[in-house]
Amino acid sequence: MAELRLDNVIKEFGEVRVIHGVDLKVQDGEFVVVVGPSGCGKSTLLRMVAGLEEVSGGEIHIDERMVNRVEPKDRDIAIVFQNYALYPHMSVRQNMAYGLKIRKFPKQEIEQRVNDAADLLQLGEYLDRRPNQLSGGQRQRVAMGRAIVREPSIFLFDEPLSNLDAKLRVQMRVEIRQLQRRLGTTSLYVTHDQVEAMTMADRLVVMNAGVAEQIGTPLEIYERPASIFVAGFIGSPSMNFVEGRIAADRQSVVIGQDFSIPLPQVTDAIQADQPVTVGLRPEDLHLTQESPDEASLPLTVDLVEVLGADTLLHGQVPHLDTLIIARLSGVPQVKNGEVVHLAFRPRRLHLFDRDSGKSLYYGQNAA
Amino acid sequence: MVENNRWVKFSSHLILLLGIAAVVFPIYIMVIATTHTGPALQRPPFPLLPGDQFFENMKLVLGEGLSTAGAPPVALMMFNSMVMALGITIGKIAISLLSAYAIVYFRFPFRMFFFWLIFITLMLPVEVRILPTYGVASSLNLLNSYVGLTLPLIASATATFLFRQFFLTIPDELLEAARMDGASPMRFFWDVVLPLSRTNIAALFVILFIYGWNQYLWPLLVTTDERYYTIVMGIQRMLNVSDTVPVWNAIMTTAMLGMIPPVIVVLLMQRLFVKGLVETEK
Ligand SMILES: Nc1ncnc2c1ncn2[C@@H]1O[C@H](COP(=O)(O)OP(=O)(O)OP(=O)(O)O)[C@@H](O)[C@H]1O
Ligand SMILES: [Mg+2]
Repeated sequence: MAELRLDNVIKEFGEVRVIHGVDLKVQDGEFVVVVGPSGCGKSTLLRMVAGLEEVSGGEIHIDERMVNRVEPKDRDIAIVFQNYALYPHMSVRQNMAYGLKIRKFPKQEIEQRVNDAADLLQLGEYLDRRPNQLSGGQRQRVAMGRAIVREPSIFLFDEPLSNLDAKLRVQMRVEIRQLQRRLGTTSLYVTHDQVEAMTMADRLVVMNAGVAEQIGTPLEIYERPASIFVAGFIGSPSMNFVEGRIAADRQSVVIGQDFSIPLPQVTDAIQADQPVTVGLRPEDLHLTQESPDEASLPLTVDLVEVLGADTLLHGQVPHLDTLIIARLSGVPQVKNGEVVHLAFRPRRLHLFDRDSGKSLYYGQNAA
Repeated sequence: MVENNRWVKFSSHLILLLGIAAVVFPIYIMVIATTHTGPALQRPPFPLLPGDQFFENMKLVLGEGLSTAGAPPVALMMFNSMVMALGITIGKIAISLLSAYAIVYFRFPFRMFFFWLIFITLMLPVEVRILPTYGVASSLNLLNSYVGLTLPLIASATATFLFRQFFLTIPDELLEAARMDGASPMRFFWDVVLPLSRTNIAALFVILFIYGWNQYLWPLLVTTDERYYTIVMGIQRMLNVSDTVPVWNAIMTTAMLGMIPPVIVVLLMQRLFVKGLVETEK
C-alpha cells in the first residue's frame, strides 16, 4: 500500500521534451487512469514511475521516499505490459514465480503465492503450460498474476487490454477492477480507450502532448471538461463544436447567423463580444417540434446510424459550417434528407475561449 | 504449375536418383574399401561388394596406427580432433554469446567501434592471418598443445554477429519485465537470453563443430609432435608416403571413422532444430 506523488515531472529525449511537467497525486489504494491520444507520453510517464526511464526533471515520490534514482527492482512496483512480456520458455508457474525466486523467497511461500494467484485468476489448470499455449485473455491473466504474486505496493498497467477483442476487453476490465479493489493496491493505468478510462477510473488524468490537461473523477471530466481537448476527447461520439460570439449584453451567445442561446447565468469569465467555441454533447440534443417558444436548431439529416438502443443523426445546420451529431435514444423515424428540429437545455452548454481552448463556462455549475 | 504427368514424374525422380548416386557412390566405395585387404584394393577390378576384413582393418588403425606413414593410432587422433573441434565450438559459442550480449544490452564507450572492429575481423579468416598467428602462438609457447590447436581459432566474428542479430529480435519488454522482477544482467542472460537462444546455439554448434573438425592447415602448422596430430592431418600423412604404396584399406577405414563424429553431431542437433522450429516461441 502506498501513495504515489509526481512533482512537476519532466522527460526529455535528447533535445525533445515529451513530458512538460506533470503533477499528480495517487492516494493509497486509488485506481488512477491516464488517458490520451497516441504519442502524448502516457507510456513514458508510466515508465518513469517504474524506473525503466530516467526522469529528466521533477521528482517522483512513493510514500515519503524520493525514487528518482532508485532501481526498478527496489521500488516495490509491478508492471503489466501491453504485450504481456511473458518469458516464452517458462511455464505459467515459472513465469509467476520468477520474481519471487530471484528475491530468494522460500520455496513453500512461492508455491503458496503462485497457487493463490492462480486461484484468484482462474489459472489453476494452466500452470504447467507455456505462454504460447494460452489464449490472449489467459496470457493477460498470467501477466496480472506475475504482478500480484509479488504483492507490490503499486501496480502499473500499460494498455494491458489493447490486444484483446472487444468482448474480452469488457470482461477483463471488470476483472482487473474487482481484483484491484480486493487487493487495495494503488494503481496507475494507461489507456487510449476513453470507455475503459471512464469505467475503470477512480480518477482520470487526461493527457495531451505531454501535459496533464485535466485531473478529476470521470464524471467531473465529462461534465466540466477544462478545455476543448478534454471535451472532445472524452465522450463518444465526441462533443459538437461550433464557433460563436458572446452577445453585447453578455446574456446570450450567438452562433451561426443570428441564432441566440440564452445563458442561464452570467459569469465574469466572459466578456461582451468575446469570440468563443460553443460545445454541445450529442446526447444533450433531443428532437422537438418547431415552435417560437423554444430555441431549436434545424438539422438537415445526412446519415442515420441505428445502434439499437440509440440512434445517431449526422447532419448540417444552416449557417454552421460544421457537421453536427445528435444521439437520440430509441429509434426515431427519421429519414436521410429530412429536416428535424433539435433542442437542448442551455444548462448543458459549454463555452471555450477560442484562442486558448480553456473552458470559460459550463451551464452545469450555473444552475 | 507442377504438371502431373507420368513422364515429368519419372524424369524428375531420375534426376534426383542420379544426384543421390553421385553423392553416395564415393561413400559406398569408401565403406567397401574398409572391408578388404590392402592388396585386394590395389588389384583391378576394384571390388564392389563387401569383403571380410572389416574387423582386421579396424584393429589395425585404432590400435597400432601406421608407423610406416608416421601416423599415430586413430583412437588418439580422433581424441585430438574431438578436443580441438569441441574446444573451438564451445569456446566460440561462449565468447560470441557474451560479446554479443555486451554489445546489445550494455551502453559503454566505443560500443559501436568495438562492434565494427569485431565485424571487420570477418574479413580475416585463419588462412589470411596464419603467419602472424603462428608467430604469436609460438612466442606464447602454444605449439604442440591443445590450447595452441584451439585458442587462435576461437575468436569469431560470424557467431558474434549472428547472436547480435538474434538478441536484437528479443523484445525489450522481456528485459524490462526481468528488471522489474529484480534480475541482474547476468541473471537475465542466464535465465532468459540463453534459453531463448537454444536453437541458434544448436545451429552454430553443428556448423562450428564441422568447421573445427575439418581444420587442416592450422593443426599442420602448430603440431610437430605426433601426440597432437588430428585425424584430418593423419589421413593426409598416410597418403603422402614415399617409397611404398599407400595402404588404402587403412586410409579408408580412418576416413570412415573420421566421418562419424560430425554425422553424430548433425543427427543429434537436427532433432533439437526441428523441435525448436515446431514449437514456435514468441
Ligand atoms: N526512446 C525514445 N526516444 C525518443 N523519443 C521517444 C522515445 N520514446 C518515446 N518517445 C517519444 O515520446 C512521445 C511519447 O511517447 P509514448 O510512448 O509515451 O506515447 P504514448 O502516449 O504511450 O502513445 P501510445 O498510446 O501510442 O502508446 C512520442 O512522441 C515518442 O515519439
Ligand atoms: Mg504507449
